[in-house]
Amino acid sequence: MCLAVPGKVVSLKGDRTGKVDYLGSTVLANFSLLPKIKVGDWVLVHAGFAISRLDRKEARKTLKLFREMEKLSLTE
Amino acid sequence: MKKVSLEMGSGGRLMRKFIDEQLIPTFQNPILNELHDAALLPSGLAFTTDSYTVDPIFFPGGDIGTLCVNGTVNDLVVSGARPEYLSLALIIEEGLEFELLEKILKSIKKTASRNSVRIVTGDTKVVPQGQGDKIYINTAGVGRLIGRPRPAKIKPGDKLIVTGSVGEHGLAIMLARNDFTMFCRVKSDCAPLLFLLPLWEKGILWMRDITRGGLATVLSELAEKIAYPLLVDEEKIPFSSRIQGAVEILGIDPLYLACEGRALLVSPESEAEKILKMIKRHPLGRSAAIMGEVQDKIGKKGEALLRATSGGLRLLEPLTSELLPRIC
Amino acid sequence: MTVRIAGKSPFAGWRSRSIVERLLKTISSEIRTIGSTVKIMEVCGTHTMTLHRFGLKPLLKEAGVEMISGPGCPVCITPDYYHEAIIDLLTNQKDILVCTFGDMTRVPTRKGSLQTVVPKEGSKIKIVYSPEEALGLARKNPQQQVIFFGAGFETTIPGIVFTVKKACQERLKNFSLLSAFWLIPPALEAIIDSEEMAIDGFIYPGHVSTIIGEAAYSFIAEKYGLSGAIAGFEPADILLGILSVVRQIRWKKPEVANEYKRVVRPEGNPQALALMEEMLEKFNADWRGLGIIPESGLRLKPVYKDFDAVWRFALKLLPVRIVKSACRCGEVLKGLIKPKDCPLFGQVCHPENPKGPCMVSYEGACLIEYKYSSGAKSQ
Repeated sequence: MCLAVPGKVVSLKGDRTGKVDYLGSTVLANFSLLPKIKVGDWVLVHAGFAISRLDRKEARKTLKLFREMEKLSLTE
Repeated sequence: MKKVSLEMGSGGRLMRKFIDEQLIPTFQNPILNELHDAALLPSGLAFTTDSYTVDPIFFPGGDIGTLCVNGTVNDLVVSGARPEYLSLALIIEEGLEFELLEKILKSIKKTASRNSVRIVTGDTKVVPQGQGDKIYINTAGVGRLIGRPRPAKIKPGDKLIVTGSVGEHGLAIMLARNDFTMFCRVKSDCAPLLFLLPLWEKGILWMRDITRGGLATVLSELAEKIAYPLLVDEEKIPFSSRIQGAVEILGIDPLYLACEGRALLVSPESEAEKILKMIKRHPLGRSAAIMGEVQDKIGKKGEALLRATSGGLRLLEPLTSELLPRIC
Repeated sequence: MTVRIAGKSPFAGWRSRSIVERLLKTISSEIRTIGSTVKIMEVCGTHTMTLHRFGLKPLLKEAGVEMISGPGCPVCITPDYYHEAIIDLLTNQKDILVCTFGDMTRVPTRKGSLQTVVPKEGSKIKIVYSPEEALGLARKNPQQQVIFFGAGFETTIPGIVFTVKKACQERLKNFSLLSAFWLIPPALEAIIDSEEMAIDGFIYPGHVSTIIGEAAYSFIAEKYGLSGAIAGFEPADILLGILSVVRQIRWKKPEVANEYKRVVRPEGNPQALALMEEMLEKFNADWRGLGIIPESGLRLKPVYKDFDAVWRFALKLLPVRIVKSACRCGEVLKGLIKPKDCPLFGQVCHPENPKGPCMVSYEGACLIEYKYSSGAKSQ
């Protein structure tokens, strides 16, 4: 029930709205549900609202796991 | 009392039901029953018609003028005919600005000339304000057959070729029609398919232009027409990187987005690579790809199956109702 | 951040065939140790959609996991008397502009759908992507009464409520909300409590969890001893969640695992929760197919009644008559039966002639089954 996409904040208008880039398309998002957003942050956008920040460290952890799994697949 | 709904004109199953249950039984004849994109007449001519009600009239990458010429030209090309003559019927809403009308006519002229077709007859009607949405256009086209679709010859091993990236027209229209506070550099892919004509002499078995309902609908319709299931590899379907973000944000499946300048081809296995090379030589065919095949190992007769990027199988059904963006 | 592992798409890692295969192999070997099929309910309609879009359900079945779709589809569980109330308003009053999300417009009711209704002069329906678009329309068109018809779960509720708060601060006289706000945890408890339940674990909705956090589901592990994992929406995300649940079951250690840490924090989104607390109150909501569940819905507090369309337009939101129907959406929503078990599925009930909401919504279990499963057409 929750279509949301992770995008990069590319511009701010005031401190509560701005543009989020997602794979080359930009969507206008409202940041009022998240404190202190700045350009360059990665956020999850749902129905025009940013509802969560992307934790890049956690994302990298999962990617590392995938890389290890791929290595295992290659050696099988 | 049963009433006509908007969905009956959407190009999906309800429309086909109307065609199958009302139109065909009423007008029964062997030419109509073949249901190609154009009627293949005994005299060696092909004849087709289409009506255009697009909103907005002008959109990134085209307008109702380019659509009404390219659309009918393409229907003739994929039926095996070289387009030669078009008729042009205008139904104009009272109050439409003349400047707009002139712009549309200029666009029709330009597109017709680009396609080497002549507008040889037509009609003009004006309806009272409120009874038409600015302008509706119908074009009928006549062309000379140089080849013939042969769906009965399609067999396992034959390859499915798409002539370019899919979904751009549908997305461009959706974004132009609404103001979703979203920006995307997508342009309609509206274009003529004339460059495919020589393929009729190179062994191509079947062609269909991908319009309303998108690639998935055309694949599903092909599967229903022939005796074998289809298998398509999602990884091989060309998508423009421009539409990727937008379709995920809006929750739209790009396989169902309309195109207006792309075709699905069925080629014998032995000719497929050669045919692909020929298509790719043309600027409009640079991202063409062999994306699947007719086969008899997986799935049932009548099924168009997609092998998803993750490896699982998914059935492609025709579009049943208008694509709407979703948040859930 | 460039998220690339194979291929050119940023999703490539999470959708990679080799990673999906490896995860399925691992799940399969855990199931072998358990010794029997495991039944897991994916609560969220977007999870159901991902499972079908990537053809994962049959692959999971082979691995020994049976996925059961839950009630996480707001279009499916919003009773049609909400739509009928809006249809009545549109057909009887002038200058009403109803804004809503796409899916809601296709729900068939006795009075037609929002898509097919012919409104009174000056009134219309508009599909929007964000509630802020509706607010913008209210500002631009002071002569029109703009109603935002918003159905959703905890992911969507804060954004809608924020928009109402803004309307209140700007003292707009022509903006109101018809809310159909549903809460996930009470619905899960109702499903667990119902005697017919046969579920071994849950995949919790990843984006609802960004708002409500991890602790909201603790009672499922602590009180009922059932395993669960919060999961994201890419194929590898869901499989990581399923693997976690399967391991919890194997080691008999039920908990609320978070397999979507890149966006779900244990505390959720405190700002969003505070806003909901400030403006909304709980009530016993009537879920289509599930009936009335205590404290499972949210609505605007009485102090905001000027912005509540129910008050402003005296809308009647009560079932007028109980219609006996062979539609078994209720049991599908509870995960008791599969769409194929409903006698209407595929024959009488299909996308062009839906008999129930599960066939209407893009996330409805019946529509997804019909569209995506090989062989469903020949039911």
